[in-house]
Amino acid sequence: MWSFALKRTGTTAVTLVAASVIIFAFIHVVPGDPIYVLLGDTATPDQIDALRHQLGLDQPIVLQYLSWAGRVLAGDLGRSIFFQAPVTSVIADGAETSILLATMTMIWVAVIGVPVGVVAAVRHGTWLDQGLSGAAMLMASIPTFWVGLYLILIFAAWLGWFPSSGYPSIFEGGVVNLRYLVLPSLALAAPNAALILRLTRASMLDVSREDYVRTARAKGIRPWQVVRRHILRNALLAVVSAFGFTFAALLSEAVVTETVFALPGIGRLVVQSILRRDYPVIQGVILVIVVAYLLINLIVDLSYRLLDPRVELQ
Amino acid sequence: MSRDVAILWLKPFIARPIALAGLCILLATVLAAVFAPWLSPFDPYAIDPVTRLTPPNTIHWFGTDQFGRDTLSRVIHSARMALLIGSGVVVFALATGVPVGVLSALFPRLGHVLMRMVDVLMAFPALLLALGLIVILGPSVANAILAIGVGYMTTTTRIVYGLTLRLRAETYVEASRSMGAGTIWLISKHILPNLVSPLLVQASFVFAFAQLGAASLDFLGLGAPPEIPSWGNMLAESRTFITRAPWLLFFPGMMIVATAFSLNLVGDALRDRLDPRFRQVFGEKG
Repeated sequence: MWSFALKRTGTTAVTLVAASVIIFAFIHVVPGDPIYVLLGDTATPDQIDALRHQLGLDQPIVLQYLSWAGRVLAGDLGRSIFFQAPVTSVIADGAETSILLATMTMIWVAVIGVPVGVVAAVRHGTWLDQGLSGAAMLMASIPTFWVGLYLILIFAAWLGWFPSSGYPSIFEGGVVNLRYLVLPSLALAAPNAALILRLTRASMLDVSREDYVRTARAKGIRPWQVVRRHILRNALLAVVSAFGFTFAALLSEAVVTETVFALPGIGRLVVQSILRRDYPVIQGVILVIVVAYLLINLIVDLSYRLLDPRVELQ
Repeated sequence: MSRDVAILWLKPFIARPIALAGLCILLATVLAAVFAPWLSPFDPYAIDPVTRLTPPNTIHWFGTDQFGRDTLSRVIHSARMALLIGSGVVVFALATGVPVGVLSALFPRLGHVLMRMVDVLMAFPALLLALGLIVILGPSVANAILAIGVGYMTTTTRIVYGLTLRLRAETYVEASRSMGAGTIWLISKHILPNLVSPLLVQASFVFAFAQLGAASLDFLGLGAPPEIPSWGNMLAESRTFITRAPWLLFFPGMMIVATAFSLNLVGDALRDRLDPRFRQVFGEKG
């Protein structure tokens, strides 16, 4: 276990360093001099020289990377041109919305994807299974923003059940503000619930071919007991680990959904920063999401190994 | 011979009516794209302020948009952009993923380095990677293809790498090698011919997800230029009119769903006729 953990953590660290080089390079390959990028179009020559020296941009590129990495490790992601504030605080402002949206989406995914996947697997090969599997594939083929727009039309504009856009913090307006996230989380959940459904189904079918399942059936245990205690428990291991990947992926998938629902999250921040040419913010968000993505994957892999010792390092 | 091959490829579709329906929808989309100027009842660019935002009727079957342009004609013309982006992304993903994957599997030392680089790229979520590339390259059709394509290059490389590793271990490949066959011979005679079917499966999935990716970029205003009709652009432009003219967003959205769904159905049917050992590489067992 420990050698596995060490090796797996090591590869993640190497990947992270390599990814950080790419992210560092980002600010140097965007159109225009990074100084103009950082100061905006209205900078005077004096300001430019001062910042160039201050940021060490007159130094060799390797040293520049090392000092950038050092600042990042110390929690300094640079300053936003648009907000005139540290990038870390700009990202932190959007974190509440994004994390709550991702969490609520995962609840829908678990509540819809897993039970329906179990039903499809238990009724394997029947018209019900084919219908559910087909519906899952359809859900995975629908653009989330299109679903979101029609959810707004039906449940916000026509029925008035939920607000159509925005999200005031629950720390100011209380938990009722979660209603702002119901429609966006549903839109975002559709394709991901479809994936979890297919995975649950495949994983259940996989386990049901195991010898111990046949033994359990042969012993005369009731069919639903076999499904619940022998198949489901083992099948869910793979499904739960997929939850980790899905949650990590949601942070970036939410870009379009947050834009449709005008949610003040990290995803909408990226889109607005692209339109504002606020490159330090884009760089910071990419870094934060990639780090979160790698860390969640690492944790999932390690806990998966802890729960199922048969897993081998590839 | 050719008739037998045709039957072999059509078999999975005949057994599954829904997959056949998907194939027909795709064919219809291709025909719509090719014959767009003849099929469209109106000029997709013609502005007519008098008939703006008219609901579907006998003259404008899909209604008109906020500039009075005919929605049906624009939906038909948009099929061209859908095919262009989809095939562009597939070509890019295969042209980069196949050489990198095959060479990585045949030359383990090179492969160790290349596959680690693929891992690094895979640490970037697909949409985020696409957005970052668009920021660097600027929004255009070609750049949208590249930005979306890079995300699928990595998955294609992984699949080709896994398949080639399996093929390399086959007895007939080893036999051929022990008889003195060179690398180029192995690749052209044994590896590539066996990759055709699985890559066709991969191509249909990539094509499907490229549709959704392109629609997202268009919707954010970072894809095809707004003057070009595309389903994503139509949704972006008409977004604010959704309460006044709900039909405007219905038809372009349905076309995205129909093409992506059809491609997924076709890919699924083709995957089921793959060699079971190859199927595992796609994450689907037995």
